[in-house]
Amino acid sequence: MATKILGERIKRKEDPELIQGRGHFVDDFKLDGMLHMAFARSPHGHAKIISINTEAARKAHGVAAVLTGEDIKGKLGFVPCAAGMEGLKVPDHPCLAMERVRYVGEPVAAVIATDRYLATDAANLIEVEYEMLPAVTDMEKAIEEGSPLVHESFGDNIAFTAKLEGGDWKSIEGDPSVKVLKQRLINQRLGPMAMETRGVIASYSPGEDTLTVWSSTQIPHILKTQLSLMTKIDEARCRVIAPEVGGAFGSKLNVYAEEGVACFASKMLGKPVKWIEGRRENLAVTIHGRDQINDLEIYYKPDGTVVGLKCRILADMGAYHQLLTPAIPTLTALMILGCYDIKNVAVETIGVFTNKMSTDAYRGAGRPEAAYIIERVIDMVAHELNMDPVDVRMRNFPPPGKDITLATGVSYDTANYQKTLKKVLKLSGYSKLRKEQQRLRKKGKYLGIGLSTYVEICAMGPSSRMPAGGWESGTVRVEVTGKVTVLSGASPHGQGEQTSFAQIVAEELGVPYDDITVYHGDTAQVPMGIGTFGSRTTAVGGTAIFYAAQRVKKKMARIAAHKLGVKPGELVFEDGKIHTRDGSKSIAFKAVAEEAYFARELPPGMEPGLSEMYVFEPPNYTYPFGAHVAVTEVDEKTGEVKLRNYFAVDDCGRILNPMLVDGQVHGGIAQGVGQALVESLIYDENGQLLTGSLMDYAIPRATLFPWFECANTETRTPVNPLGVKGVGEAGTIGSTPAIVNAVVDALSPLGVRHIDMPLKPEKIWNILKQAAPGGQA
Amino acid sequence: MKIRININGNWREDDVEPRLLLVHYLREVAGLTGTHIGCETSLCGACTVLLNGEAAKSCTILAVQADGAEVTTIEGLASNGHLHPLQQGFWEEHGLHCGFCTPGMIMASHQLLARNPHPTREEIRHALEGNLCRCTGYQHIIKAVEWAVEHGGR
Repeated sequence: MATKILGERIKRKEDPELIQGRGHFVDDFKLDGMLHMAFARSPHGHAKIISINTEAARKAHGVAAVLTGEDIKGKLGFVPCAAGMEGLKVPDHPCLAMERVRYVGEPVAAVIATDRYLATDAANLIEVEYEMLPAVTDMEKAIEEGSPLVHESFGDNIAFTAKLEGGDWKSIEGDPSVKVLKQRLINQRLGPMAMETRGVIASYSPGEDTLTVWSSTQIPHILKTQLSLMTKIDEARCRVIAPEVGGAFGSKLNVYAEEGVACFASKMLGKPVKWIEGRRENLAVTIHGRDQINDLEIYYKPDGTVVGLKCRILADMGAYHQLLTPAIPTLTALMILGCYDIKNVAVETIGVFTNKMSTDAYRGAGRPEAAYIIERVIDMVAHELNMDPVDVRMRNFPPPGKDITLATGVSYDTANYQKTLKKVLKLSGYSKLRKEQQRLRKKGKYLGIGLSTYVEICAMGPSSRMPAGGWESGTVRVEVTGKVTVLSGASPHGQGEQTSFAQIVAEELGVPYDDITVYHGDTAQVPMGIGTFGSRTTAVGGTAIFYAAQRVKKKMARIAAHKLGVKPGELVFEDGKIHTRDGSKSIAFKAVAEEAYFARELPPGMEPGLSEMYVFEPPNYTYPFGAHVAVTEVDEKTGEVKLRNYFAVDDCGRILNPMLVDGQVHGGIAQGVGQALVESLIYDENGQLLTGSLMDYAIPRATLFPWFECANTETRTPVNPLGVKGVGEAGTIGSTPAIVNAVVDALSPLGVRHIDMPLKPEKIWNILKQAAPGGQA
Repeated sequence: MKIRININGNWREDDVEPRLLLVHYLREVAGLTGTHIGCETSLCGACTVLLNGEAAKSCTILAVQADGAEVTTIEGLASNGHLHPLQQGFWEEHGLHCGFCTPGMIMASHQLLARNPHPTREEIRHALEGNLCRCTGYQHIIKAVEWAVEHGGR
């Protein structure tokens, strides 16, 4: 009997080396003659570079080279931006600053030395004379006339303006039953904060004229193309390897200045050059997430129907564009209606340059902002109408079904929002919680119950709507010995797809899970690929592998049929054998593999070998959804918020490995809770990063969380044959609004309608103090 | 400066710069890269090792301070080809995603179980407060420690 493997809780293939400290992250590689790089960075938010004195650094012990903007000018290309939209302003983004610095941490000079300590010592000897310029860090000030300009040549600080409108606004004009509510929401700037900071080793071999790069990246193939363009080394001579990558969350879905400089330095010196980012650098110069101001006008009826939503999104780009910077807030606009059939929508998105580090994709990338907006909107409407937020949600959900097109023009693949909501209400004991809340309120205690019913856009995505292709490649190669090699162009870094991909192939080919080895991340080994982001790896990359396995299977069936004297369609792949349905004729999987390579009795005209690649182009995105309930207690004396319970029902389509899904959901919830309660990157008006170390930037610790109670519904997508939607970002998207809704709910007896994140004790304490009798209102 | 350190049961002697951090010594000099560097400020716990049996963050200890000491790193935890119950627990319960914080998490958990062989979930959370994980949300790490407790502890 065949063992069922797809859909089962299978332990990870990735783990044995990692739990023994034998995995190799970038910093774990040591190459012969390797040099180490350190940077001198801008201490100012905005300044003119008058002079750079590198003399002492050049003379310092162990120093091989010092590079400044002048050294790379015209020789090393700009940091690329792949996002393209009408009227987008794209500033030149040199890898080392030229003439001006525009944010704190901008690289000004690089020192390459024999040892990382010596490189850092020498970087500290570089003297830069700056002429301070006025900085702008507040988006609203940045768009005012007369603001200091981040890029003078543009004439203003507006990177782009985009509009998204849908519906028939006239239909609600003058309707006396329609009420309007205005609210501003601030979605604060965050640090992605992967536990492994960024790192790169560039190794140029002058003899072969080849460049090999080890980088902690999510996109080895895209990085290869871009580094080739930047360094002008023929792409066919470039190779990028993403070894073990210690978390990324979007922050390594990028091409960074330091990667360019490392390649340039290695080519110049003919030696490998390593750069490992420090944690303070990571906070300052790895992309940031979020940072939007959302001004809302909410149009609703007394029965709780939301009939229109207007929003102006101010989105902070930072000083330069990184790979996808301007594209991120456009996802907010696209997903702003969430899972509600709101008939009218108008969103204006304004990208704003400021003297800060670039924002870009951080777990959810534009969708957490959208979910936060719409989930707060629904709760505010419930608050205004004194309705249960469950009822407002139910009233505005579209009926369950397929291809649900909203006023934004977005068409959701499959949906059953009622089912997840009902399930989480049951899981959480919602009505009991409401009764408990009533009892506690009488005692002056603040218990809050917060809902969030999110939908997200995943499995990115159709190439027509992606900046650089949205397909993914999968290769399945059965070796001579019958062992199976799987290659994916995706580049997972903790999500566990070596495991789920092996499950897909084991199920398809009927071979043992242990016989399958999955590789990814090396552009020399995997012919083509896009990478891992946007919850795409299983839905797009897994599908490519599924189809590649089917191709291999088809070929093997033909070989087996030829040998057994039957028709290929009669054959079943099971338990390492290929046999007829009735079991009368059988041949070992291994024997067919051997035949494919020895090629003695192949069907006439068949090519020898057993390796098939498939490139899957997804016809649409997928739209996973879920319903979360957070229960919070607010300490009436200190203002501290305690997350008491958390319930999550997520629907990511078909589940291939429930253990991996739970893991993704837990991690996602934790990051979303981090934004709601503790995390915030703050710059002062001069562009100084005030939260530049782990002493100042709070990462959630184990003690912040209750036990997460998770469950699923499985609404399959027709977008891919596996029926999977994606789950990498779900938890983050769902949890932030659930927490804020819970805390606002707790304080609603005090007339509180909204509180901006993070919900730190001092903020809550002030609200409590002002509300108290005799408090200062 | 000359130092003598026992790493995972083997003594070795090296001549090191006084400013060399223990974590760099372990990684660069002894070639044991299982101990990771996440912050260099003792805040993330990725570099946690056992120093004379006690969990210590090796990024803020100088190698010379460990002169004469016994250091256990993640590489020294498995014995005779058998995973330590904590390692096995992390595998069984999906206690890791990217695996970068994992060596530190396992070493900190080792310390916890040495002091408290049957911790409650709250006690596990508290004991791991000095170790950051950005991937898992910690729940499966707690289950991993519980698995180890049920299967032979430390």
